[in-house]
Amino acid sequence: MSCAQTIADYAFRSLGYGERLLPRSDFTLCQQVTLIGSGMIWNVYFGVLALLAGFCLATVLALGKASPAALLRKPAEWFIFVFRGSPLFIQFFFAYFAFQALASEAAAFGALTSAAYGALLVLFFNTSAYSAEIFYGALQSIPKGDTEAADAYGLTGWARFRRVVWPTMLRLAWPAYTNEAIFLFHATTLVFFSGFPAIQQRGDALYYASYFADKTFNPFVPYPILALYFIGVSLSIIAVFGFVNARLNRHLSPGARPRLRYRPQLLR
Amino acid sequence: MCSDPETLDGLAWLACYLTTGKHLSLYWSFGTVLLLLAITAPTALLFGFGGASAARSRVAPLRWLGKGYIAIVRGVPDIAFFLFFVIALDQGIEYLRHVTLCPDWDQPVRQGNDFVVCSAAKMPLGNAPQWLHEVYGAGLAVLTFAIVFGAFAANVLYGAMRAVPRAQLETAEAYGMTRAQVTRRVLIPQMWVYALPGLSNLWMVLIKATPLLFLLGVEDIVYWARELGGTKTARFTDYPHGDWRVWYFGVLLVFYLCFTKVSEMVLSRLMARLTYGQATSGGEAQRKAA
Repeated sequence: MSCAQTIADYAFRSLGYGERLLPRSDFTLCQQVTLIGSGMIWNVYFGVLALLAGFCLATVLALGKASPAALLRKPAEWFIFVFRGSPLFIQFFFAYFAFQALASEAAAFGALTSAAYGALLVLFFNTSAYSAEIFYGALQSIPKGDTEAADAYGLTGWARFRRVVWPTMLRLAWPAYTNEAIFLFHATTLVFFSGFPAIQQRGDALYYASYFADKTFNPFVPYPILALYFIGVSLSIIAVFGFVNARLNRHLSPGARPRLRYRPQLLR
Repeated sequence: MCSDPETLDGLAWLACYLTTGKHLSLYWSFGTVLLLLAITAPTALLFGFGGASAARSRVAPLRWLGKGYIAIVRGVPDIAFFLFFVIALDQGIEYLRHVTLCPDWDQPVRQGNDFVVCSAAKMPLGNAPQWLHEVYGAGLAVLTFAIVFGAFAANVLYGAMRAVPRAQLETAEAYGMTRAQVTRRVLIPQMWVYALPGLSNLWMVLIKATPLLFLLGVEDIVYWARELGGTKTARFTDYPHGDWRVWYFGVLLVFYLCFTKVSEMVLSRLMARLTYGQATSGGEAQRKAA
């Protein structure tokens, strides 16, 4: 079977299109690269959606944690503590079984027992909590001069937030937030190892990589392929976030802009 | 009292249920996790120390080795590394034993989809008792954790060693200390205050990575929570119940939350202790407050 044929068969296997049966013997390099790449679709899906939604919730949570009103501060603090203080792996298990229990009570929760929605929700909350802590730290270190200048201009409420507080917060938080985005993509590999079932073997990249490692009993091919894919994803994230970073700091000369550095912190 | 569970109800039933043999295994597995953590943390620190020292070495190949170790492990996704190392280490050990113990074996080690070594090279030996297999598996898991977290610790320690003010080292050199003496008497005692924020972060990450031992085949708390929580019918157990896994994992969640909270409190105390008298802004703040 030619490589082009393999790609046609397996490129969208993780979504349920193409050849139904996974290869069972005589694994070629092409098959491994194609199927693991096919699984990356799930990783990108989880990562991108959780990141976009998480950004909004994280901003709200950070503002809540910085709020002087205890009614706003306490819930935000607890949310951040619960999701940052426990392992994501346990959160996945807990959420999956909780969704199952809910689904048996009310059918509306049935969708959440699938990885596509349930795991996405957990990742969304998780990244919101981590990002909120980053944003909160940035809110605390906004230079006093900036807010004083805003007050001197007579800016209040929404305008003050929109024009001064928020851009400065993002500017300060951006390097750390870039790393959070990279960890989030790495964390998406946990989904199918933690309760959420891969229906009809539609899994993510690590799911297929471990499938090949189990079948061939040779870890030295599939895992390096997986690693290369993830290095590619990490580099793309750095490129996109670098573009936003330049945009956020467009008032500074290119040399004076803070540099994004890849500082991976591993799992959560 | 627990001999006939069907006659019990309420709290008495629960008390008997929570003290069955399998539940005792669950409680022991909390101990297992703490034990593995207690072994892994110093081992990882040792790997980190080795990596950081190698990265600072004046011998170029050693320096490349240290820097390469830090860069590769930190750059590649995490769980992939865990899954990879356990098999790779196992096969590596068996292959080395195979080459030394069975020199006259002429078949290739990789035959299609199989990894075949002579029976004398099996780790552990085929006739070894069950507990030895479990200890060997746990040992591989700990070594894997130590390798991965060692790279992160190496990075933290490497940064901390470079953060010690140059003047401190130069003073020691002016007193006529050798390079080894400077390292042992000045650099290492002073670097901890710079390393601690990074190391405490790493400790938190290490705590939160322990459930992944489950993926490496260790019978840990995740394993038991899944086993015990699943639906039990009256045919197989004296204590039938529905699907309680959500409660079991809820308990694990609370366990980890408490664990990280306590660690956070202990580490902030330790930081205050180490900052005492140091030439950092934290030390300055302590001096002013006193």
